[in-house]
Amino acid sequence: MSALLTVEDLRVSFPTRTGVVEAVRGVSFTLGRERLGIVGESGSGKSQTGRAIMGLTPPHAQVTAKRLAFDGIDLLSAPPKLRRDLRGKRIAMILQDPKYSLNPVMSIGKQIVETLWRHEKVGRAEARKRALDMLAAVQIRDPARVFDLYPHEVSGGMGQRAMIAMMLVAGPELLIADEPTSALDVTVQLEVLSILDRLVAERGMGLIFVSHDLRLVSSFCDRVLVMYAGRIVEEIAASDLANARHPYTQGLLNCMPVIGADRHPLPVLDRKPEWAL
Amino acid sequence: MTGVVSVENLSVVYDDFRALDTASVEIGAGESFGLVGESGSGKSTLLRAIAGLAPASEGAIHVLGRELRGSRREKAFYRAVQMVFQDPYGSLHPRQTIDRQLMEPLAIHGIGDGERRILKALDEVGLGSGFRFRYPHQLSGGQRQRVAIARALILEPSILLLDEPTSALDASVQAEVLNLLEQVRRDRKLTFLMVSHDLGVVTHMCDRLAVMQAGRVVERLSSADLVAGRIGEDYTRNLMVASKGFRRKTA
Amino acid sequence: MSLATETRPMTRREWLLSDRPQSRLQARLGRAYMTWRRFSANRLAVVGLLILLGLCFVAAFADLLAPHSPVIGNLAGARLLPPGSEGYLLGTDDQGRDILSRLIHGSRLTLAVVVLVAIIAAPVGLIVGAVAGYAGGWLDAILMRITDIFLAFPKLVLALAFVAALGPGIENAVIAIAVTSWPPYARIARAETLTVRNSDYIAAVRLMGASPARIVFRHVVPMCMSSLIVRVTLDMAGIILTAAGLGFLGLGAQPPLPEWGAMIASGRRFILDQWWVATMPGIAILIVSLGFNLLGDGLRDALDPRESGQ
Ligand SMILES: Nc1ncnc2c1ncn2[C@@H]1O[C@H](COP(=O)(O)OP(=O)(O)OP(=O)(O)O)[C@@H](O)[C@H]1O
Ligand SMILES: Nc1ncnc2c1ncn2[C@@H]1O[C@H](COP(=O)(O)OP(=O)(O)OP(=O)(O)O)[C@@H](O)[C@H]1O
Ligand SMILES: [Mg+2]
Ligand SMILES: [Mg+2]
Repeated sequence: MSALLTVEDLRVSFPTRTGVVEAVRGVSFTLGRERLGIVGESGSGKSQTGRAIMGLTPPHAQVTAKRLAFDGIDLLSAPPKLRRDLRGKRIAMILQDPKYSLNPVMSIGKQIVETLWRHEKVGRAEARKRALDMLAAVQIRDPARVFDLYPHEVSGGMGQRAMIAMMLVAGPELLIADEPTSALDVTVQLEVLSILDRLVAERGMGLIFVSHDLRLVSSFCDRVLVMYAGRIVEEIAASDLANARHPYTQGLLNCMPVIGADRHPLPVLDRKPEWAL
Repeated sequence: MTGVVSVENLSVVYDDFRALDTASVEIGAGESFGLVGESGSGKSTLLRAIAGLAPASEGAIHVLGRELRGSRREKAFYRAVQMVFQDPYGSLHPRQTIDRQLMEPLAIHGIGDGERRILKALDEVGLGSGFRFRYPHQLSGGQRQRVAIARALILEPSILLLDEPTSALDASVQAEVLNLLEQVRRDRKLTFLMVSHDLGVVTHMCDRLAVMQAGRVVERLSSADLVAGRIGEDYTRNLMVASKGFRRKTA
Repeated sequence: MSLATETRPMTRREWLLSDRPQSRLQARLGRAYMTWRRFSANRLAVVGLLILLGLCFVAAFADLLAPHSPVIGNLAGARLLPPGSEGYLLGTDDQGRDILSRLIHGSRLTLAVVVLVAIIAAPVGLIVGAVAGYAGGWLDAILMRITDIFLAFPKLVLALAFVAALGPGIENAVIAIAVTSWPPYARIARAETLTVRNSDYIAAVRLMGASPARIVFRHVVPMCMSSLIVRVTLDMAGIILTAAGLGFLGLGAQPPLPEWGAMIASGRRFILDQWWVATMPGIAILIVSLGFNLLGDGLRDALDPRESGQ
């Protein structure tokens, strides 16, 4: 079987003071060397799904799955050392919230170089060059200047692209991108997407693209999973998203402001309890 | 002078880098003005310069007929101008309850009657008093952004600077927050200066907009013109094309 | 759903853990209770806390607990009695004084040193660090260079120099230790401040028109508190050892004060034949230091902002 990643009945739950929160409740999918979109509203478990695959779930949470395999390696029974080695090198994740994920007191370039060093032995000059190339690849103007800036000195979108550069510098085979473009303007957004697209097409990288921008996902991905309350409520070919059946998917599509449509106030989602069943 | 906010030839320089290069915008009373443009083009910097959070090196800023110099602002300025930040996870103090964060501006300006004002502000943003004594980590992104809006509104400003207020929120919550913003603008006759990279959001919320690139304002036009495609600059046209979604380059 | 829960009166636990606190007090207590739960989940930390509560108890009731006078001994009949002798549980020293009583009274001195150092050094370090970090520029440079100068010397050596200049005595020892222990706190506070000073929530407070002093003291300092508390607690063991070290060298507490370090010093002459004279205060120092270390470790987990933050 050529599946890069197999996820079967993945569950993530958090014991909290008011009972157990089930963030992910039985998610199954397989991923080949393709672009898989995961959409859904805030709190639907998109990030937790990605984190569970990465092994970044907080320690007090419980992760179970019938099967969670990457390239034939069973991730849940893999020793911690193996998972650490996989992480970053073969599986990478662009975390949501770049400002939180970047170290505020280390310069952007240094952080990229450090990431590279963790996975490869390269010389100082070589590492710097690779980092600069990566910054240029994510469309940052003047990479040499940005290399020396600290996270608070770059704009929201630049921070996000620095994060992307950091994750791509080691050349992963599976990339989980958690809302990688939410702070980017549309033109840069498309540039970044075409980099990811090229990696999938040329290097055969598998991509899980988490987003709440349905329009973007429908134009970029091959397949889309729609999540609600920790479950997949609909799986659909991206090109068919406009004809989605589930009222939740339709509602999500409908509440985006559209250029030229004059709708005041915007329609909001009317959540039905039966969707969560 | 007609505008309540007018920025003329404003430049902001960090070391040798011109983050903002002779940018000018003029916003009329009660208007909702949008700023769009490339990432890193200085949109946030423009807002921060008006607020006194970024150093303006040249040019002039007038707000409500007063000229602002350097980064010092009078107390009255802060009562007239408030800002909502992009990242709802970073703009609330993680160690303070919502109540304390809403109380702070009142305490600074020596405004009594905190109890009533806080309840009113929370009510206005649709949160209700149940949220009053929670900490930020007990709120979702959309709820946090509502708190940030409540905090900005509690001093009853007449001008609101909005730095991508919904880009970190999902589509359904974005719709709720945008509706909320429209409603408070209508109720309070506020002037908005709103940054967004989503042309859909900007045309939905704003009457006029300025397009920025590399620290400069390259074009000013009305939302209606943008929608109808009466566009002067190539860059703006690119933005419009890009807004339609991803298109794979066919090899 | 929520209606059903409201009809039943809340238990105290539910009240504390409520997701929707009804008052400032409830929110604060709820948060404290969560911290306590995280803390008490760590057995060793609780052991540490009990040790220190024990120390406080002993210090408070030293007069009642001590069977003999700590300073006046029975020179004629009870010199250098071994532990377990009639009436002298831990034995006596060369002047016939009951070691147990001396240890019990000595706990007051230990506690006083620790508390005084903590209330002098920690706030100084916190303020210097937070101000330097927030202000930046030349103020930062000056304050941090001063800090570096202090940091460049080993703590005990610097304390020795101070005591030598000020003259021996327990008060001067406290001052010397306090003066030498604030710089690491300033470093920590500055590092924490640097990570928060550019955050949006600080910008938001500036936009409310808050003065720099208000921002530093009300918004920045609370963010430095937890790492500082942990560090101070972990340092306490070192402070006790430094105080004991000064006592041992004869520069701290002066005879006949029952300071533990000085007691070890006076016992070292008989270390081979009458081992208990030096060993008993050593064990006391060990236990109390251990208590502080365990407590500090527990606090680190309980107060970690990253965990409670999300
Ligand atoms: N540490 C935690 N403790 C308890 N519950 C948690 C924790 N982390 C996440 N959750 C819960 O898990 C659920 C899924 O969260 P997740 O971050 O996956 O959402 P998401 O779909 O990524 O949303 P967003 O679009 O806001 O990023 C949420 O309901 C959240 O409350
Ligand atoms: N404190 C600073 N020091 C140095 N450079 C800075 C600083 N603050 C901002 N800049 C630079 O100014 C430029 C404009 O930043 P700004 O945050 O205004 O961009 P933006 O238009 O808001 O972009 P985005 O849409 O990505 O948020 C960036 O190139 C950034 O690196
Ligand atoms: Mg998420
Ligand atoms: Mg910005």
